[in-house]
Amino acid sequence: MNTTFAEWLTTDRPASRAQARLVRLTLSFRTLLANRLALLGLAIVLALLVLALAGHWFVGSPTDQVLANRLLPPSAEHWFGTDELGRDILARIVHGSQITVRIVLMVSLIVGPFGLMVGMVAGYFGGAVDAILMRITDIFLSLPRLVLALAFVAALGTGINNAIIAIAVTSWPPYARLARAETLSIRNSDFVRMAQLQGASTLRILFNHIAPLCLASVVVRLTFDMSGTILTAAGLGFLGLGAQPPQPEWGLMVAAGRQYVLDQWWVATMPGIAIFIASLGFNLLGDGLRDVFDARSS
Amino acid sequence: MHSPAKRLYAIAKLSAGSAISVALTLLGLIFVTFAVGRLIPIDPVVAAIGEKAPQEAYDKMYRELGLDRPVYEQFSNYVGKVVHGDFGNSVFTGRPVLEDLASVFPATLELATIGILIGILVGVPLGVVAAANNGRWPDHVVRVLSLSGYSVPVFWLGIVLLLIFYGKLDWVAGPGRIDIAYDGLVDEWSGILAIDALRAGDMDVFRNALSHMILPATLLGLFSLAYISRMTRSFMLTQLNQEYITLARAKGTSERAVIWRHALKNARVQIITVCFLSYGFLLEGAVLTETVFSWPGLGLYMTNALFNADLNAVIGGTILIGAVFILLNALADVVYRFADPRTA
Repeated sequence: MNTTFAEWLTTDRPASRAQARLVRLTLSFRTLLANRLALLGLAIVLALLVLALAGHWFVGSPTDQVLANRLLPPSAEHWFGTDELGRDILARIVHGSQITVRIVLMVSLIVGPFGLMVGMVAGYFGGAVDAILMRITDIFLSLPRLVLALAFVAALGTGINNAIIAIAVTSWPPYARLARAETLSIRNSDFVRMAQLQGASTLRILFNHIAPLCLASVVVRLTFDMSGTILTAAGLGFLGLGAQPPQPEWGLMVAAGRQYVLDQWWVATMPGIAIFIASLGFNLLGDGLRDVFDARSS
Repeated sequence: MHSPAKRLYAIAKLSAGSAISVALTLLGLIFVTFAVGRLIPIDPVVAAIGEKAPQEAYDKMYRELGLDRPVYEQFSNYVGKVVHGDFGNSVFTGRPVLEDLASVFPATLELATIGILIGILVGVPLGVVAAANNGRWPDHVVRVLSLSGYSVPVFWLGIVLLLIFYGKLDWVAGPGRIDIAYDGLVDEWSGILAIDALRAGDMDVFRNALSHMILPATLLGLFSLAYISRMTRSFMLTQLNQEYITLARAKGTSERAVIWRHALKNARVQIITVCFLSYGFLLEGAVLTETVFSWPGLGLYMTNALFNADLNAVIGGTILIGAVFILLNALADVVYRFADPRTA
């Protein structure tokens, strides 16, 4: 029984539940690693996280104004140049990554569990509950997201937190759909029946038996949608409806640089590139994850 | 199922079903905008009569606005108004919101229509080529292109395009819909400047309008292109894995005919559906694009309204875009069901 750790991680005869999970994770991860674009996406996402967590130790303040240094082009001292108030654009982009990560995480933490709940309840109970919940979901699904987010922000007021709420309110329906489909496919399976016979409560069945199986597809979809969240949040910021000055939010920075774009191109261009790269990272990773977890598409 | 009477019955049943579902969704949209109107922290009574009005005037206006009625009654009144096209007056322009919407919507429609044409004419062939070369370099190029299209912030790309093609190269006209020098030279007929100019036979105006339109329309086109090419690729791959394709190849049909005549023909219904959906997204994308290009359409109207706290105008615009969006969704569904004999 001398097996190496690598063999233990890839065996087709796992001895325990924990090992089985690890094996599946390892194999999925290997498939992901084979996809070069997905790997690039993973690298970008990790870099964004590191930037948000540790980046602020390496750059100056995002709000320090040195008016003598207004609108300086990129140089050794200011890698990305300075903006209209003499603030270092690189420092602002690094600090802005915190805002981006915060928005993405908050939206995912609201939208994922909520959609999961709605979908599981609809799929598990069926009948009238299903009909009503899915009708509401369909209505929200066929409303225009950005425009609705605009209307919500108009009512709630500007600011990052309201932008998060507005995005969350408009983006939960796909998760409900997904979770419902998954629940429908497993609610009559033997292990659910057995749990019912053992007298497990409905809540226990939903959370311990059904939710774990819905999680993979929900997480994949969340990763994919994070890029959309980044773009919507930046769009709201650009319109002046999300983050407010002097916050170093990337969309807001593009808006501020817009009036100087013909002569000082870097002010608007640099934060835009940051948005693009962050969003692309999540898209590439999500695309790769879908190939790994969704056998149907490959 | 094959007798004409039965097929007609099936179609009638389907139409009735989609009509009910559209009506419900529209009602949902109106309810959401109603809720948005309730959320706003501004007292509508104070907004109407001012802060210094005496208590009696306040109470009178409170009743006149129907705020003393139960919420469900307020909602049904609201639905009645919306259905009759009464969105109230715009605080900013002082005109009825419906009139404002009617005057700005053609500009948005113009932009979105050119955009979707670009998206279809470029996106579908790209998707087909990607599917035909599944896993080889053309497929990767299209994949990276469409993922980039999904990832790039539209407002930023608009600014960069303006910087390059207007600021540096001076190939196209800048923001706006027409140079001031040409403004109002042709009679308004369709509301779409390029068409009106052609109708009047004024080529200068036509060229100028086109020059203003080309950047924002291309920008919108890029976004629908990303979506359309990706979906086309996936539909084509499904078709190319079918047995009839193997049969066609076995019979010696050329690869070009297999792809463009057999597979594409069978994927066309799904592709058309996607184009309809994509058109709806474009109307939405127009909000940001119009802001960047100062394009006097619905998007710019709504953003201006947002900054002037002109809630009637914001809600009117939301309902208009939402309704068009919902109708396009339903239309896509209907086209899909009718065009595919297996589902009707």
